[in-house]
Amino acid sequence: MKTVLLLGSNSDVGQACAATFAKNGADIILASRTAADFQSRLAADIAIRYDVKTETVSFDALAYDSHQSFYDDLPTKPDVVISVFGILGDQDLATKDFAEAQKIIDTNFTGQVSILNIVANDMEAKGAGTIICVSSVAGERGRKSNYFYGAAKAALTAFLSGLRARLAMSNVQAITVIPGFINTKMIQGLETPKLLTATSQQVANGIWKAYRKKKNTVYVLPIWRWIMLIIKSIPEFIFKKMNL
Amino acid sequence: MDKVTNWGLYPTVEAEVFQSSDYKELSEFVATQDHIIPRGNGRCYGDSSLQKKICSTLSLNKFLHFDTERGILKCESGVLLSEVLEVIVPKGFFLPVTPGTKFVTMGGAVASNIHGKNHHIEGALSLYVTGLDILTETGEIIHCSRSSNADLFVNTIGGMGLTGIILSVSLQLKKIASSYIRQKSIKAKNIHALLDYFESYNDWTYSVAWIDCLSKGDQLGRSILMVGEHAELDELKPSEAGDPLMVHKKNQINVPFTLPSFSLNKYSIKAFNFLYYNKQFKKMADTVIHYNPFFYPLDVLDNWNRIYGKNGFVQYQFVIPFKNGKEGLVKILEKIAEAGAGSFLAVLKTMGEGDRFSAPISFPTSGYTLALDFKANKKTFELLSVLDEMVIDFGGRIYLTKDARMDKKVFEKTYHDPFTHGEKFSSIQSNRLCI
Ligand SMILES: Cc1cc2nc3c(=O)[nH]c(=O)nc-3n(C[C@H](O)[C@H](O)[C@H](O)COP(=O)(O)OP(=O)(O)OC[C@H]3O[C@@H](n4cnc5c(N)ncnc54)[C@H](O)[C@@H]3O)c2cc1C
Ligand SMILES: NC(=O)c1ccc[n+]([C@@H]2O[C@H](COP(=O)([O-])OP(=O)(O)OC[C@H]3O[C@@H](n4cnc5c(N)ncnc54)[C@H](OP(=O)(O)O)[C@@H]3O)[C@@H](O)[C@H]2O)c1
Repeated sequence: MKTVLLLGSNSDVGQACAATFAKNGADIILASRTAADFQSRLAADIAIRYDVKTETVSFDALAYDSHQSFYDDLPTKPDVVISVFGILGDQDLATKDFAEAQKIIDTNFTGQVSILNIVANDMEAKGAGTIICVSSVAGERGRKSNYFYGAAKAALTAFLSGLRARLAMSNVQAITVIPGFINTKMIQGLETPKLLTATSQQVANGIWKAYRKKKNTVYVLPIWRWIMLIIKSIPEFIFKKMNL
Repeated sequence: MDKVTNWGLYPTVEAEVFQSSDYKELSEFVATQDHIIPRGNGRCYGDSSLQKKICSTLSLNKFLHFDTERGILKCESGVLLSEVLEVIVPKGFFLPVTPGTKFVTMGGAVASNIHGKNHHIEGALSLYVTGLDILTETGEIIHCSRSSNADLFVNTIGGMGLTGIILSVSLQLKKIASSYIRQKSIKAKNIHALLDYFESYNDWTYSVAWIDCLSKGDQLGRSILMVGEHAELDELKPSEAGDPLMVHKKNQINVPFTLPSFSLNKYSIKAFNFLYYNKQFKKMADTVIHYNPFFYPLDVLDNWNRIYGKNGFVQYQFVIPFKNGKEGLVKILEKIAEAGAGSFLAVLKTMGEGDRFSAPISFPTSGYTLALDFKANKKTFELLSVLDEMVIDFGGRIYLTKDARMDKKVFEKTYHDPFTHGEKFSSIQSNRLCI
């Protein structure tokens, strides 16, 4: 059976993905930076519910130096990698303190580049595999309220687009997932319109479908594709004055 | 603040609900609170899991260990029995004890020390719990079983959440060959006939009767007794034998709004009469049916509790000892029929002896146990106070997990053994009853 590596498995979306892929028979490697106790309960739960094998490993997106050995030491090399780690960060703080800006960029972009490149090289050599990475609508146009995060996601989306083109020759699929709001701990406390807010399970279902259909880029909640089209087409002189 | 109410939709309280899957967060929360009560899936009928501060266990939803050799399952307390069935049935196991709905949590099942249709043969859940992890009032997590911290263990089973928050439960499961039940249904023309049937079918593992509460006189207690055994492979129809360990289907029909209360009368009576008078339905009928309709006939309707209207309803479940059984049931059924208070169907089961592995406030003890639903209103409460006195006189008691209105005096006269526990965990019910 296929093995799925989840990068950032403590994320709400990651947990839903783990369950969804396991339900379809995949073994799961859970990679996360924290909550060892919770991760091992999660691993037991998935193994028992879906009758698959699970493992937990520790992974820190910011510890770039460790990424190669992290990947080399994996118990099984994955057929599918789903990368869901990320931070929203503190936009206000980032305007005043470069350390925060850097953390946002490094987590959402540099960390992804570092690990996904290692994965890509392995899959390219094998001539098989799927890389699925969650970016965000925030990367489609930089907005006043979260442009550090948005810029990092924009870079990530561009990186994934190039990676997809490179890997296409080697039978490796790279899928960019672009969600709008998801009601997870990342945006806890933020009031978001219900119709525009997906559940983690909806995102996981979208990811599963994209994997099955070998999609390139998918928007979770299709309405976001249209919203972003409109947002992107607003002339800059108006956009500048908007509170988005 | 949230509005919280349980299955009977009565009472409703304003409460602060805390929920986490992180043991450290839970323990810090508990340590800093004055009064809280754990709450599972809110399938108790009244106020057993209501309080100004509630700790919901629904994020504690992980399976932790499944020993398929010995049939022992360990899972967190917020896992629903429906989920447990999905995991264990395909491996040839079943719940040793199950209530009439699969949408209760493991923690709730343990805290109420649930009984099923097999209590007269196989006892309550207490007999099958092999270990518990409990978050106690200091914020400490204590592992307990019959051999370690036995007092805490015993007081927690049937302890109605008053000893702490059960974090995980280890349970000895029952081996089954198929997920089907061989069922026999028997029509009884009145309560006397029914009790005779209960006796003659006493060796069947599962038994339960539906009683029409409106019939009077000669027909008082007109009913259908259903008894069952787990079906062996050679008892299945060819269509079932292909997938003998099939799990229940998940689809439910939604009751989209609270119905005007008069419709209830019509529906339940119609359903009963349909069964009772249906030409196909001989005096006795044998069938093989899936466990889902056998154990959980009402689960196909999501939110059927709304059928009683928005003011909600109460369930009244009592047990009276066998020696007073016939006389007691006749008098109580007469009282109900006479009051015309709107309970149309009652469920009767028998229970065997209570056990030493559950709290003094745990319900099961030997006798007949009858459960009835009533709309929550003044007339009902007046009738139930009369029934309370009858239950006391017949030496019985009332099931706390169904209760929303019992008087402290009634509780004191019916539950005798002292129950010691700390102050921190308390519900509106335990305050009302001074437990
Ligand atoms: C349709 C229907 C049929 C039923 N049939 C039966 C039956 O046949 N036999 C039977 O015995 N019962 C039956 N019940 C009652 C039901 O099984 C119990 O009320 C059960 O406790 C509900 O579990 P819950 O998870 O919904 O818990 P809740 O209703 O939320 O809580 C019930 C009690 O358990 C405590 N509790 C919950 N979780 C924990 C925890 N983790 N740690 C400590 N305490 C906790 C609460 O404090 C409260 O006292 C039935 C209920 C319904 C709605
Ligand atoms: N929520 C939304 O509205 C939304 C919208 C669009 C896109 N997204 C994207 O969706 C993905 C999933 O997020 P989510 O909504 O599920 O939020 P989440 O629950 O907060 O998940 C993000 C995860 O990233 C992990 N993480 C952060 N820094 C890390 C590091 N240095 N190394 C390893 N892991 C790290 C976090 O670990 P800890 O749990 O240990 O903190 C967390 O589990 C993210 O890429 C996010 O940007 C979210």
